[in-house]
Amino acid sequence: MSATALEATAGRRPRWTPGRAALLVVALGLVVVWVLPIAWAVATSLKPEGETTKTPLEWVASRLTFDAYRQVFRSGDLAQWMFNSAYISVVTTLLTVVLCAMAAYGFARTDFQGRKVLYGLVLAGIMVPPQVLIAPLFAEMVSLGLVDTYWGVILPQVAVPAMVFILVKFFEGVPRELEEAAFVDGAGRWRVFWTVVMPLSRPILAAVAIFTFISTWNNFLWPFLVTTDPGGMMLPVGLVNVQSSYGVRYAQMMASVVIAGLPLLVVFALFQRQIVRGIAHTGLAGQ
Amino acid sequence: MTVTQEVPVLAAGPAPLAAPAVRVRRHWSEHGLVFVAPFLLVYALFLLWPLLSGLGMSVRSENIAGTGAEFVGLDNYAEAMADPDVWASLGNTVWFTVLSTLPLVLVGLVLALLAHHLRFVQWLWRLSWFAPFLLPSGVVGLLFLWVIFPSDFGFADQALAAVGLHPGIGWLTDERYAMLSIVLTTVWWTVGFNFLLYLAALQAIPQHLYEAAELDGAGPWQRLRHITLPMLSRTTGVVVVLQVLASLKVFDQIYIMTGGGPDESTRPILQYVYDAGFTGYRIGYASAVSYLFFALILIVSLVQLRLSRRNREENAR
Repeated sequence: MSATALEATAGRRPRWTPGRAALLVVALGLVVVWVLPIAWAVATSLKPEGETTKTPLEWVASRLTFDAYRQVFRSGDLAQWMFNSAYISVVTTLLTVVLCAMAAYGFARTDFQGRKVLYGLVLAGIMVPPQVLIAPLFAEMVSLGLVDTYWGVILPQVAVPAMVFILVKFFEGVPRELEEAAFVDGAGRWRVFWTVVMPLSRPILAAVAIFTFISTWNNFLWPFLVTTDPGGMMLPVGLVNVQSSYGVRYAQMMASVVIAGLPLLVVFALFQRQIVRGIAHTGLAGQ
Repeated sequence: MTVTQEVPVLAAGPAPLAAPAVRVRRHWSEHGLVFVAPFLLVYALFLLWPLLSGLGMSVRSENIAGTGAEFVGLDNYAEAMADPDVWASLGNTVWFTVLSTLPLVLVGLVLALLAHHLRFVQWLWRLSWFAPFLLPSGVVGLLFLWVIFPSDFGFADQALAAVGLHPGIGWLTDERYAMLSIVLTTVWWTVGFNFLLYLAALQAIPQHLYEAAELDGAGPWQRLRHITLPMLSRTTGVVVVLQVLASLKVFDQIYIMTGGGPDESTRPILQYVYDAGFTGYRIGYASAVSYLFFALILIVSLVQLRLSRRNREENAR
């Protein structure tokens, strides 16, 4: 329905009226407001260190320089933190998608004793915000020896009840005939799961993956708690952790901030449509 | 041990031409439990277990190293209920939620209406209004802390000076402004999510409603009031609830930008849990405070469930 509505609106070119022109002016003004902080961070990062706190403010200093970027890459753990962030986000995303999809298929399409009770137990978990578990979870990580390890960051993030719920709803809508045809051909459940159900579910799996990747990359509280060794920190945690050592080097601080913010913005610019659809879908499906 | 399970595969479908029901003997690995087991294992270890052990910790006088654990009954809860710092930080969290929810919902709606009505250059609206949502809290916090909110040379003060207002505001250091500055930052950072949810809802409103209204001579304001806003009421309910739940869990940007200051005037309840458990090493007490906070979240979630169920029933009617 929404697709046809979209085509209908796209087909009809609205006329330019004074009202619409006013809306455009307001919208452009708001775009400027939203872009300014980021533009200012970039501008600051391109200044020589001595000119970052001048008043009245100047967008462009006496000379443009990439000194700050060179400095932050030369000193400190920035490259290591980027690797940590990427590694942890990728592994978390893969594990979340595989674990949640398998569980969702089990709940949606197989029958076994206790299925309803177990599914109820999983659904109840949607109500538990991870933030209330930090104290006992940290104590558990201490006793498992997982503090300051990648697994210590990853494992508490991969069993996401809301994602199971979203996938169960989707799998329930996949026509049974498709699976049954494969069963008759002699395929087992695992074959059917991997070669029939998973390929059919690509859009929803992409949505889950996108949502998981973004929230893992941006997660702060848990990685901040469970990593104390600077070498194992994720990018934002590392930056917050060492910010005092930047002293008054504003250009370098902003260079690090730009570097840390850039990856997801680039990914977004490339996959805007999919990301927007994925966020809207997974964001609402929790309801 | 081998478990086999007999499944009549075609039982659900219409019986084809008197063919005998196909029965497959399934290997144990085909059992449904095998599909859900890996998830359940991780779920039990890292959600259910801490949920239970936290309850256990909250009735003991445990420190972070796990030593000195002594059963103290409900003492931690009693202490928390009488602790003025608990109430102050809970108050800060609620205050942040109250201050942030209205602008986050309203601005999200306005941005979505603008983008929807202008129709063209959708990528520009999405990129500028939604992209900040994709920045890590560390990046947003450091950006505003370091170059936007410092007094005098900070961007916010300089912007005020440029329009002739008096700069020198302690955006993050003055108790009168600190929470407002955090709310401003949060609106800038996360409103894009609500913007997207509203935009999706707007695009789902059937076009013929507007065409019919136009034929009846309804102007743009009337169409907004009598078609758009009523059609968005369900989305608004969802957005408000999601926003309240998200705002109650505030921690990152406050911890990074003010550390809960000045004078603990912005410290949220989650930071109090962190301070008590991870800085103060009283992990038993921190668990008790967590559970009180959890109770608050649960109440809000249950109210939400109630509302959405009623909504659905009304829709079904």
